[in-house]
Amino acid sequence: MTASKTIYKTSIDIEKIRADFPILSRKVNGKPLIYFDNGATSQKPLSVIDSLENYYKDQNANIHRGVHTLSQEVTLKYENARSTIQNHLNAKHAHEIIFSKGTTDSINLVASSFGKKYISEGDEIIVSAMEHHSNILPWQQLCEEKGAILKVIPINDAGELIISDYKRLLNAKTKIVAITHISNTLGTINPIEEIIALAHAKNIPVLVDGAQAVPHTAVDVQALDCDFYCFSGHKLFGPTGVGILYGKEKWLNEMPPYQVGGGTIKTVSFEKTEYADLPLKFEAGTPHIEGGIGLAVAIDYINTIGLDTIAEYEHELLLYATDAIQKIEGLKIIGTAKNKASVISFAVKGLHPFDIGTILDQLGIAVRTGHHCTQPLMAFYCVPGTIRVSFAFYNTKDEIDIFIKGLQKAISMLK
Amino acid sequence: MVLVVKTMRIEDIEKEIIEEFEIFDDWMGKYEYLIDLGRSLPLINDKYKTEDKIIKGCQSQVWMHSELIDGKVVYTADSDAIITKGMVALMIRVLSNHTPDEIINAKLDFVEKIGLTKHLSPTRSNGLVSMIKQMKLDAIAYSSKLKS
Repeated sequence: MTASKTIYKTSIDIEKIRADFPILSRKVNGKPLIYFDNGATSQKPLSVIDSLENYYKDQNANIHRGVHTLSQEVTLKYENARSTIQNHLNAKHAHEIIFSKGTTDSINLVASSFGKKYISEGDEIIVSAMEHHSNILPWQQLCEEKGAILKVIPINDAGELIISDYKRLLNAKTKIVAITHISNTLGTINPIEEIIALAHAKNIPVLVDGAQAVPHTAVDVQALDCDFYCFSGHKLFGPTGVGILYGKEKWLNEMPPYQVGGGTIKTVSFEKTEYADLPLKFEAGTPHIEGGIGLAVAIDYINTIGLDTIAEYEHELLLYATDAIQKIEGLKIIGTAKNKASVISFAVKGLHPFDIGTILDQLGIAVRTGHHCTQPLMAFYCVPGTIRVSFAFYNTKDEIDIFIKGLQKAISMLK
Repeated sequence: MVLVVKTMRIEDIEKEIIEEFEIFDDWMGKYEYLIDLGRSLPLINDKYKTEDKIIKGCQSQVWMHSELIDGKVVYTADSDAIITKGMVALMIRVLSNHTPDEIINAKLDFVEKIGLTKHLSPTRSNGLVSMIKQMKLDAIAYSSKLKS
């Protein structure tokens, strides 16, 4: 697909970028792939793919163990990856960066470990009405175990948090606030600076689910002053199966290990075990070594484009697509927050999202349909599910034009 | 004279469906036909569209009810998504009104032959795979009931 005739306000070399992503040139059902499911997972640039291949061809060894050269080389690469991620998030220390399996794993780690130490009967945990199931269930389960209470920040019809209600929920019993930075279903960018500041005024720590935020916006954990920040590698153009938990040193030092085993210890005897220092205390077993290294390569890649440029370009796509989608009769956009990332969820009156998604797939267009793992949110909007398009910086206005035509075709077939 | 209503064998119904789909040379024709099938069949009595009859898929839901009438299993079903409903209609056309053992042994390879296998992929995308499983489970239950 060429984008040469299309005018963009943002200065970005879209054709060069698209050439970096081999999958974008494949066909699906005989049509050029249009990949609008970036909220589910992102595609990978050649540099990440090469890094994974090189790892197995040239570098494979276990880390933090061997005296041999391969092990030392790969340990260095892995720890350099940690530093890259530290710098990307502007974390104070490299040991505040914990490698996990992904956002879900990171949240489970905190819910389990923080919960073990700090949550007791009658305590309260705050989440919001727009959370992904992964930022509800670990807390819900913790509440069930401990006899604690889950409190929910409500949203308005536009899909924005009602901050006045949030203020009322914060009290002496509140032990942690767990909130998404950007909603995967609505695209709402939450005012997390304000949310964190309000919680901190009452000495309550805040965990931020950044799974949908890191691909679209620069995150500075020190400026935010968040206590925990979680994200997945695969949504950030990196490999699947690897993610990050950033935690402030003071919390991570006080929290007990989550899983225990190889790599997490200083000394072990049958009477007593002394656990390792951060970050190894939280990294039991052989990790996803090539994933961690690949994630750093992905971060290097997006930094060559620049997250500010990416945010500006994606905003341009968001406005362009929103404008076109709104013109279709019978279609309702779910999530109309003032501050939105490049995610558009919508419902078409009388038609099931699954049917529309199936027809679009026949046209080579990948969208997400369903409840997006946010069933409470679907209940709030009284829809069984939505159709969601989510853009990355390699998508184009030309693709949006084709998608709109496809959507119109699907609607005419199904009506 | 005794009128004998001869039921088609499952394989023959599958063959018939394969032939019907052969006339479409592109995906649009097939899907439009599926959509029509979905529209044309009032599949289930509303009294059975209850929570316990729901076969939950991640995206589209299927309701399914079965009864044993004169030694044969009669299925009725519905879905909230029209393409799934079309597939459901095909499954019912193939399996309903057969003996439990015939249903248990049905291979259902017509789905592959009409090029709609993706609807049966073991993902969470719709309730159809779970529905077929439930149809067979019901047949197994009726079969053991008949034999006991």
